[in-house]
Amino acid sequence: MKHETLEAILAARAERRPIVRLVWLESGEERLLTSAAELTTADPALAAAIESAFADDDGGLVETASGPVFVQPFNPPPRLAIVGAVHIAQSLAVLARDLGHAVTVIDPRRGFLTEARFPGVAISHAWPDEALESFGLDPRSAVVTLSHDSKLDDPALHTALRSNAYYIGALGSQRTQVKRRARLAEAGFDAATIARIHGPVGLDIGAGSPAEIALSIAAEIVACLRRKK
Amino acid sequence: MMKSGKGGRVDPTANGGRELDPLAFAKRWRAEGQGVAVATVVETWGSSPCPPGSQLAVDARGQFEGSVSGGCVEGAVIERAQAVIESGRPETLEFGIADETAWSVGLACGGRVRIFVERLEA
Repeated sequence: MKHETLEAILAARAERRPIVRLVWLESGEERLLTSAAELTTADPALAAAIESAFADDDGGLVETASGPVFVQPFNPPPRLAIVGAVHIAQSLAVLARDLGHAVTVIDPRRGFLTEARFPGVAISHAWPDEALESFGLDPRSAVVTLSHDSKLDDPALHTALRSNAYYIGALGSQRTQVKRRARLAEAGFDAATIARIHGPVGLDIGAGSPAEIALSIAAEIVACLRRKK
Repeated sequence: MMKSGKGGRVDPTANGGRELDPLAFAKRWRAEGQGVAVATVVETWGSSPCPPGSQLAVDARGQFEGSVSGGCVEGAVIERAQAVIESGRPETLEFGIADETAWSVGLACGGRVRIFVERLEA
């Protein structure tokens, strides 16, 4: 691997640009691509692998006339926006980070959201809808609302439901969810859109403590990312 | 992307105090003047904990970050990586329970894995 290749991959990752590396295993020769259109190859298997690397984050080994080539996507890491700097958020921020997500915690209540309580995590004191607008939700973004305060959670959900975020979760009991769905319907969201919200949030593992609830949410986020459900 | 300013300190690329990207370590070790090799899983068969694309960075001092298996073959990969750092010739290694001739290490899970090891060039 050339030194410039390493630098280009790290720069693309930091700037959230997709990049795909081809490496010929026998010679060690390599090629970096920033889009599928960049390389015209007569090899249909190689072309398909490159296409799939950009579209599905899925690489693989391809046998070509010039020997085996490994196609490796370096897509932007997934991101998680957590609304509500509560106790569960402290555990979830750590878990999600270890699971490869870039984490941002959003809460306008400065007493809750401090660097001391969220060391090393990106934080925003803007209102959740505004914060999520500038966060720029995309298909590799997840959002979870944990504040338990509809003044904060609802604006965040409005923005999330208008985006193509791959996961939207909202903390709250069945009763809270029913009331929330009614408010969202009143705000003009149709049933299919509202049904994108995972709530009660998290996989059912009988979670009780804040850390256990965070684990159940992290597990649900992984399931959605990997199974693309 | 979030901007800093009104909303407070925001850095979407901040990933906690702990760096998890093996390539970032490769860069750091190279900057420290060390020879560095990168091992990449390129193919797996059967049960294997690290999917293709998983990487392990190794330096000439034997420091390593990342993983290419559940821990079963890392030792052997790190050893071969030293040879690759020396020679500069990339190598493709294969590990699996059925493969007893070339390597004494096997995957307890019964899977097979193919790993490409290359030197980080200047």
